[in-house]
Amino acid sequence: MSQIKIVNLQKSFGDFTAVKNSNLTINDKEFFVLLGPSGCGKTTTLRMIAGLELPTSGEIYLGDEEVGMLRASERDIAFVFQLFALYPHMNVRNNLSFPLKMQGYKKSDIKSRVEEAAKLLRIDHILNSNISSLSGGDRQRVALGRALVRRPKAFLMDEPLGTLDAEFRELMCLELKKLHLDIGATTVYVTHDQLEAMSLADRIAVMDGGEILQADEPNIIYNKPKTKFVASFIGSPGMNFFEVDEGISKDQSFVNIEGTKFNIPKQLEESKGSKNFFGIRPENLTLSNNEGLKGSVFGVEYLGSRKIITIKTSLGEIKVKTDISVNAKLNENVQVKPLNNNIIIFDGETDKSLNSEFIN
Amino acid sequence: MDTSRSYLEPSSFSKKMAAAIIIVYAVITLIPISWMVMTSFKNVDSAISYPPEVLFEPSLEGYVNLFTNRSRQSQEYLDSLPAPENWYEELVRSREMVITGPSKFLGRYSNSMIIGFGSTFASVFLGALAAYAFSRFRVPLKDDLLFFILSTRMFPPIAVAVPIFIMYRKLGLGDTHLGMIILYTVVNLSLAVWLLKGFMDEIPKEYEEAAMIDGYSRLQAFFKVVLPQAMTGIAATAIFCMIFSWNEYAFAVLLTQFNAQTAPPFIPTIIGEGGLDWPAIGAGTTLFLLPVMIFTIILRKHLLRGITFGAVRK
Repeated sequence: MSQIKIVNLQKSFGDFTAVKNSNLTINDKEFFVLLGPSGCGKTTTLRMIAGLELPTSGEIYLGDEEVGMLRASERDIAFVFQLFALYPHMNVRNNLSFPLKMQGYKKSDIKSRVEEAAKLLRIDHILNSNISSLSGGDRQRVALGRALVRRPKAFLMDEPLGTLDAEFRELMCLELKKLHLDIGATTVYVTHDQLEAMSLADRIAVMDGGEILQADEPNIIYNKPKTKFVASFIGSPGMNFFEVDEGISKDQSFVNIEGTKFNIPKQLEESKGSKNFFGIRPENLTLSNNEGLKGSVFGVEYLGSRKIITIKTSLGEIKVKTDISVNAKLNENVQVKPLNNNIIIFDGETDKSLNSEFIN
Repeated sequence: MDTSRSYLEPSSFSKKMAAAIIIVYAVITLIPISWMVMTSFKNVDSAISYPPEVLFEPSLEGYVNLFTNRSRQSQEYLDSLPAPENWYEELVRSREMVITGPSKFLGRYSNSMIIGFGSTFASVFLGALAAYAFSRFRVPLKDDLLFFILSTRMFPPIAVAVPIFIMYRKLGLGDTHLGMIILYTVVNLSLAVWLLKGFMDEIPKEYEEAAMIDGYSRLQAFFKVVLPQAMTGIAATAIFCMIFSWNEYAFAVLLTQFNAQTAPPFIPTIIGEGGLDWPAIGAGTTLFLLPVMIFTIILRKHLLRGITFGAVRK
């Protein structure tokens, strides 16, 4: 097991730059998730770590070794593909022993290692089955098994749960987490699903447009997003943003929007321009009868334990995540007010969050 | 109403109709072939009798004549010989002939085998490598190259007979096995590349990537993971290549005489020797038909799709 470090990594396909000048350190035994929308460069980054793509420039360290230009076969990493890529002309046992055969292990060693991995993943009863007869979940386990038997320096996973049914995905999510706790291997996991990322990761890197915007623990990513994109991508639904047509000065602790005063955490730096954004998570808002922004109810989504109410105001649509007991009828006139001062100001020029007592 | 079966499934009546049509069609196409096989087991007289004999006493005269050279002798000379040692000598003597030696058929037949299988193997092997490269790598001018490869089949191969004849004479490849294998491989390659590229394109690249991660080189991954999955395409391509090089007549006549002559130019020469020997011709063509038939039957199971289904979720 070892640390993975990428330094100034860049990848271009012709004129298109898929990964821009990225730096990242993934600690030993960490479960690290690369999260972002499709086309953000997360899979390309993973494939470069694996050796399936060569970087245009920059370095990749696996442990102390620089592996950027080495072949995939020389890197001692395991990769779990989204489509599993199990060899269809071999049965489960042969799929699992395929990587070991190349490394020249004795037959008895291969057998015991395969059986050990199979037991860990609870697929020992299907070792002699054909791949085509397996269910999605079992295929996933076999794919994990094939990665596991080699005891590689690191596991790389490219949306391994993406093709499973929702029910299976939750189950496999739990199993993956447990497996990681059991074997404690450095894992890099790519997904576009923020819930998956939140539940699995020790740390998450949010990517967009080929750039790593923020790499932090899930709660920091959620509560202290560094950019507007991170704030909107994480959370379901994402953060609400309002334009503020005034500069934010140091030590400022409130803003006025449409005549409503919002308390904000004491700002530790001033904004560059006079147009900024004000971000608040839907669960930090509530409906009120006598104060706050005026608007009308545009939509109500019932989520079982919570309700998401969309309100049309002069500032645009606002999503409010409230308790189930709150009643809101369509087209009803309501007012929205903040529950607390968990509010983040994003600089209008850089899209980055301003340091405040809440974020620093 | 029968609700147990789906509306999409054909009814048992239409299934039976389809089967009946196929049987009738098969019988029609099989008549000339079975007539040929029957002729090969007739003797010279019943082969040309009128009305044609459908029921006849089987004879191996055609096969004996195919494999031997014979000369006609007077009855006195035949009487002076010791008694025939085996059944085929007896058969020949009853026609007032003696066996003077084996015919060239076996040699020509094995030439056909060597050249046919040799060029099929070469076409499929080289075609698979080229198809893989075209399917996976960024080849400069890829589309132009693929079109160029296809364009080699846009004229009938015999159109270049004269230059090839001269080239082969200069290179010393005329009337050699190697020369014929190269020629048939060249003709078949464009078909092989195009057919196999289609099959390779369908194999997700994740398979060989997985194998490369598992510690194999790209070439090893190609042989261990890609080729087994391309078996359907390889079998189909091999059958097409085999049929072409096995049946090819024009170049075989032009470029081979003794050493490397294949069966197709040889079989018609049987006709010339002492009248029309229909049973021998029947025997020759029947034996000529067998290898391609057996080859196709052996590869048939690979033609059935489905072994790769389900291993990748699409």
